[in-house]
Amino acid sequence: MREILINGTAYQLDVDGDTPLLWVLRDHVGLTGTKYGCGISQCGACTVHINDMAVRSCSITLDEVDGEITTIEGLSKSSEFHAVQKAWIEHQVAQCGYCQSGQIMAAAAFLEQNPEPTDQDIDQAMSANLCRCGTYPRIREAIKSASKQLNGIEA
Amino acid sequence: MKKVIKIARRSFLIGSASIVGGVAFGVYAYHKPGHNVLKDSLNEGEAALTPYVKITPDGIILTTPHCDKGQGAYSVQAALIAEELDVTLEDIQVDPGVPAPVYYNTAISQETVPFASTDNSLIANSVRTTMDAAMKFTGMQITGGSTTVADSYTKLRVAGAVARETLKQAASLQSNIAVEKLRTEKGHVILPNGDQISYLDLARTAANIDPVEEVILKAEDQWRLIGKPMQRIDIEDKSTGKIRYGIDLKLDNMLIATVKQSPTKNGGIKSIELNKADQMPGVEKVVRINNAIAVIAQTTWQAFNAIDEIEIEGNKPDYPLHSDEHWQILENSFQEEKLAFIARDEGDANGENLLNSNKIEREYRAPYVAHAPLEPLNATIKVSEKRVDVWTGTQTPQFLKSQIAKITQMDEDNIHIHAMMMGGSFGHRLETLVMTQAAEIAMAMPGTPIKLIYKREEDFAQDFTRQIAMAKATGHIKGKEIIGLDLGIAMPSVRQSQTSRLGLPDVGKDMQMVAGAWDQPYTIENYKVAAYKAGPLPPVSSWRSVGASSNAFFHDSFLDELIHAADLDPMEERIRLMWHENSRKTLEAVAQMSDWSSPLAKDKARGVAFCLSFGVPCAQVIEISNTPNGIKIDKVFVAAEVGKIIDPINFDNLVKGGVVWGLGHAMNCEITYSDGMVDQTNYHVHEGMRLYQCPEIFVKGLENGEKVKGIGEPPVPPAAPALANAIFAATGKRIREMPFNKHINFI
Ligand code: FES
Ligand code: FES
Repeated sequence: MREILINGTAYQLDVDGDTPLLWVLRDHVGLTGTKYGCGISQCGACTVHINDMAVRSCSITLDEVDGEITTIEGLSKSSEFHAVQKAWIEHQVAQCGYCQSGQIMAAAAFLEQNPEPTDQDIDQAMSANLCRCGTYPRIREAIKSASKQLNGIEA
Repeated sequence: MKKVIKIARRSFLIGSASIVGGVAFGVYAYHKPGHNVLKDSLNEGEAALTPYVKITPDGIILTTPHCDKGQGAYSVQAALIAEELDVTLEDIQVDPGVPAPVYYNTAISQETVPFASTDNSLIANSVRTTMDAAMKFTGMQITGGSTTVADSYTKLRVAGAVARETLKQAASLQSNIAVEKLRTEKGHVILPNGDQISYLDLARTAANIDPVEEVILKAEDQWRLIGKPMQRIDIEDKSTGKIRYGIDLKLDNMLIATVKQSPTKNGGIKSIELNKADQMPGVEKVVRINNAIAVIAQTTWQAFNAIDEIEIEGNKPDYPLHSDEHWQILENSFQEEKLAFIARDEGDANGENLLNSNKIEREYRAPYVAHAPLEPLNATIKVSEKRVDVWTGTQTPQFLKSQIAKITQMDEDNIHIHAMMMGGSFGHRLETLVMTQAAEIAMAMPGTPIKLIYKREEDFAQDFTRQIAMAKATGHIKGKEIIGLDLGIAMPSVRQSQTSRLGLPDVGKDMQMVAGAWDQPYTIENYKVAAYKAGPLPPVSSWRSVGASSNAFFHDSFLDELIHAADLDPMEERIRLMWHENSRKTLEAVAQMSDWSSPLAKDKARGVAFCLSFGVPCAQVIEISNTPNGIKIDKVFVAAEVGKIIDPINFDNLVKGGVVWGLGHAMNCEITYSDGMVDQTNYHVHEGMRLYQCPEIFVKGLENGEKVKGIGEPPVPPAAPALANAIFAATGKRIREMPFNKHINFI
């Protein structure tokens, strides 16, 4: 038995400690918003936060997890959408949408650390996340508008 | 302008253009009305007014038969029905519906007839109409070929209008007020005194009257939805992780399976070494199925771990083992016996005029590339005693149904397909192998739902890729005039590969072999495009924009070379040579958007390309910088002619996505073979474009054409040649082979 904290809830899990966090979330906890795309840290579809850091959940085992996990389902801490989600909806970023949980989680963690990113910062931070549908132009726009919103709220 | 659309009651007249797509209640089968499948499962008090509109006491449900691979098809289809039905998108539910012949696709056949889409002659139209009839006959419910909008545009609006008028009839009966005095708004029939009757309260009455036979479609200036920016109905769910794809399905007692197939594809299995995979934790069963071994386990991770232990050796396939031999096959295909057909033959290739001109010969190559949508292939199947349930994302639900029926030896009526949201497809989910495998596996454990998930590595190893292709081009220049363009294209026939997998006959010309090249609307005195069939080669399939994805690169790159050789301006000369007005306008639009004739900084350059594909003329200008670290793509300008834009936001998103798709693969993707097996295993060696490489993309949709066309594929073909042409302009280096990173660095 092992206890892990996901989206503010403590889960008691009887799972092999070598299991990647991705599959713990999807198959054991039932949180399927986090996606499997490549399994080898290449696509970012499985991005979650561990203590507010963006992590590829396919490449970290349950035993290696040290801290509180946030998934797309728990990104918004209130009844409202998170600022990044709001921006994603407003800019209608998603096509198939499969990569977008990972994109949003990556963007949220990035903006937390760099609230006023330059275009170059955005390019660098977001290039580990693949989007086969090619929504990159809208991802850029949405990050900029989320940044404005976050800064407005913080000011 | 109002159009009265008369609804044909029973017969379908071949040759009558007005009938195409304009049939109410969806469609009529030959001599008898198409069966309204929604009527099969109605509860008391519910009405299925057409196969697309169902009204229940609890709500309005619209059926959207074209699947949603991420292209926003559900929203677009719902909007077309809702426009005429007078309901808001917030008030309706969308259901992909059950596969049924009534939802056949009339538009897809148009890409398979040997007439250029610019050819509106009587004979071309009558052949297209005949093909429509044939489609309906076989009940092809297919999403592909950018046909969703084309197929739905009139059909779904008529369906909405018929439902609306029938509801008015019902209201008239209930209220005793003449129909002419009634109008509709936001899901209600409005009486002259302002009282409203909700559609939901009319369902019972409407169900008992004959649907109206004649409807008037709204004039464009009355539209509330079409042509205006829409909020996609799934956008919130796709931004919160709530949306469920096939891979997310969870059912009681469900087990997870994964497969390893013969690594030599159709070569078959020589030997299998289990290495105790069957004794690994969580493994329930190891099953041998056709050309593969499957592991069934409690969880995905356990299934993946176990399959990794299993070693499979493949037999020698029927194609050569190594990629260089594949190129050799293509190289050797340019001869009389391999000639499939000549698609265009104008002028005299051996004419006197050509003899006294400057001759230019070139060769171009396009490699295999993978589909690799981000959601790996998956399908969930439960085989029970009396029925089979299939949960999956598919572009061909009707075919799938018959295939599953065959494998499980059940009646087609007992096969139930549940359409799941797809995490991309790009043609990948036209194929049904993962579903038939899931059926075989599920048969080994009757009563237990089995979810088959491919590992990403297996998805790459077994993809039916884009065709490999080669072109040999000969051009002639006299003075400053291009007087000859002769293009021979060699490739395996995608259609033949597909039909052979389905056990269907392959008849007629596979026009995709020359798509994007033979029908380009330029006037050149001696103009020839020929298709050569190459093989044996590995299996291939439709990849976003199919034949045009390779052929536009060949055709437009070569045209660009000829224009440069004649020392002419690439934009001006393309415009001058183009006879088709709506195509020319796309070039004029990108010339203006990109400020084509304005000077650029020394390290920057522009390239232009054009391709007419899927009936959509699309022109692109790409602006790049030649930096010490490699080529940087700065800007892309796109103009496309689609007749009518249903949702400008979705249009913009699809065009940009198509450009990213076209450029990313042209830059750095190829699938190669060694020892009969695919070399690439995952995205690190087949990357596509990443965000930092993404240019600014400017999009303009033109609406001059008469016919409404889809935009999923047409932005792809011109992207690669526009980039190659820009690279030439910037560096003087002409790249004639994809991926370009074999020859030049990108930032
Ligand atoms: S699934 Fe984890 S990075 Fe791709
Ligand atoms: S939206 Fe489809 S992969 Fe990104």
